[in-house]
Amino acid sequence: MVRTRFLLSAAFAVMIAGSQAFAAQSEPQVLGGTPEQAEPAAMEKEAAPAESAAAEIPHEAAAPAAAAEHGAEAGGAASHSGGHSVIAEQSWSFDGIFGTYDRAALQRGFQVYKEVCSACHSMSRLAYRNLADLGYTEAEIKAIAADVSITDGPNDEGEMFDRPGRPSDHFRAPYVNIQAAKYANNGAFPPDLSLIAKARHGGADYIYAILTGYEEPPANRELLPGQYWNKAMNGNVLAMPAPLNAGQVAYGDGTDQSVDQYARDVAQFLTWAAEPHMEVRKRTGVKVFLFLLVFTGVLYAAKRKVWSKVH
Amino acid sequence: MGSGHRATFKNPVVNWIDERLPIFTLMQKEYGTFPTPKNFNYFWSFGGIAMTMLILMIVTGIFLAMHYTPHASMAFGSVEHIMRDVNWGWMLRYLHMNGASFFFIAVYIHIFRGMYYGSYKKPRELLWILGVIIFLLMMATAFMGYTLPWSQMGGWAATVITNLFSAIPVVGDSIVALLWGGFSVDNPTLNRFFALHYLMPFVIFAVVFIHVWALHISGSNNPLGIDVKGPQDTLPFNPYYTIKDTFGLAVFMLAYVAVTFFFPNMLSHPDHYVQYDPMVTPAHIVPEWYFLPFYAILRAITFDIGIPFTDIVFIPAKLGGVIAMFGSIALLLVLPWLDTHPVRSARFRPLYRQFLLLLVASVVVLGYVGAQLPEGIWVILGQVCTAYYFGFFLIILPILSRKEVAKPLPHSINEAVLKEQSLKAEASV
Repeated sequence: MVRTRFLLSAAFAVMIAGSQAFAAQSEPQVLGGTPEQAEPAAMEKEAAPAESAAAEIPHEAAAPAAAAEHGAEAGGAASHSGGHSVIAEQSWSFDGIFGTYDRAALQRGFQVYKEVCSACHSMSRLAYRNLADLGYTEAEIKAIAADVSITDGPNDEGEMFDRPGRPSDHFRAPYVNIQAAKYANNGAFPPDLSLIAKARHGGADYIYAILTGYEEPPANRELLPGQYWNKAMNGNVLAMPAPLNAGQVAYGDGTDQSVDQYARDVAQFLTWAAEPHMEVRKRTGVKVFLFLLVFTGVLYAAKRKVWSKVH
Repeated sequence: MGSGHRATFKNPVVNWIDERLPIFTLMQKEYGTFPTPKNFNYFWSFGGIAMTMLILMIVTGIFLAMHYTPHASMAFGSVEHIMRDVNWGWMLRYLHMNGASFFFIAVYIHIFRGMYYGSYKKPRELLWILGVIIFLLMMATAFMGYTLPWSQMGGWAATVITNLFSAIPVVGDSIVALLWGGFSVDNPTLNRFFALHYLMPFVIFAVVFIHVWALHISGSNNPLGIDVKGPQDTLPFNPYYTIKDTFGLAVFMLAYVAVTFFFPNMLSHPDHYVQYDPMVTPAHIVPEWYFLPFYAILRAITFDIGIPFTDIVFIPAKLGGVIAMFGSIALLLVLPWLDTHPVRSARFRPLYRQFLLLLVASVVVLGYVGAQLPEGIWVILGQVCTAYYFGFFLIILPILSRKEVAKPLPHSINEAVLKEQSLKAEASV
């Protein structure tokens, strides 16, 4: 009985210790100032350990539901007459339960988005302040935001007015509304990219595959004006022309300026945008799981002890 | 409850309260000394696990509701606000979202346990029926819950599921208008779904209370399915089953935590991250995984039912599908009267055991079929498994009830436990 009491109180002690460790370590995360996050872009291509067992974005039946994207919205242009979509699994630094984002890749991906994608695609769920996660300093973020002209108002005279952006502003959308976006894009609406990595089967693999999947259509296929052939797209036809060309975006860190590299970087950036708290989530998960594992062990010992009188 | 005999407590404060409101006596009786069969396996932990998940869902849900906006144009954005800007909001949301899945996992195992060991048989028929009612309430709650983010998944689920009711003759369209609060799935629909989604867990909680009350009247069934004959067959609930169930719960939580923190969208669907657009129908509408078997049954009825070789149709295919789907759950309500075999546990009913495991297999296949496009082999496979599902309840069980010869039952739980222990001891020597 004494030993049972001891085991139970041990279980309780583990529980309290666990909750305290959890509370203590949670604080810096709330403030977003963990060492990894504070570290700037130095560690590009930090060996991605491709834990394939853990790289769990459901991936089968690549994007049957994703057909709604450009193609379907291009006035039903994407008939299902095309072939299969091909989405190969890539290895990413954020794979696996210990995976983290590569800050340098995120910054490059943001640069590609800013200079290329943002011409047509909004990312309205992100604010400029969120760029702190990418390793930008406060001054850099203020400068990035100030580059953009935001329509604000109404002022005291009832007029809307333009002012430079602030870190608290959300990313400015390229079009004022959906109608304007469709009108400018041949009837197709370029979707908002804030969540695109979670809104498509395959996530980052899908984005990378689309951006690198443009090909000449097969000889027997006639495409209408404004239609493009992409081996990764479900139905193979989409309304977005190949957006990336080698050398188009000038990287400041000497990274290869190829379409492949641009696609990888922007896919990683969009994954972060869709799941900005992934690193805190995984770190918390490891702590919660390990605590629970120890607690389960203690419970098992207590259970054995209690039941030894019966067995 | 709790009136009559009272325990005495050393602590004077406890004693003072207990004299006026005997809740300590009640707890002592129902969870302290409550005589519980000594031969439970870990299948018996899942009732407590399901209860824990219910509480977890209520707690996370209340905090989510503090940040959520039930408006058609703001709901999706408010969920993203929770995911991005609310402190630990992503954790609350992922715990709630995956909590629903793990609640269903626990309840499906709990239901299987009941069927395998014949827990629905006399004298536990009402206990079982209350359980089926909880299951129905859970399905309604979960369905309304996953419409709330007002995503393509949620909005179209609301459209498909509410439209089922339009198959009901005469009053169908009125029911649908009532569910929608208008003439299409729109803001009033979302508002009432949110209100009901907040209400229903508390209704579930109340029915769970009655479910547990009924359990404490008849006492638990056990893996042998034979009645408790005396004190030698039982153990006090505390500490034996408090510790065993807590350990079982902890193992279950390990799986829950792993999915929630490492693969939070594994059981979800990408369409949950696209805002609902009534003008864009997804290429392929599927419900959450826990509804897939029933969705497959719904879609299995692809034919009108009427007089052959004439144009007379009694039940059009759509209504047939709806009847089959609701019927598949309604059958569970009358299960105690479909299976009237005197032996409870499948351990002593080899035929029943095989047919039941086949039923489990066919439900799993139905779940797979429910996720596929309704064409080709999937339609036929879905129909075969649906036929088996109904055949199991309506044909096989009544026949087995009369014909199946059970293996000899042990005389008592204690005897069986002692025998097993001596066999184990021999084996280890």
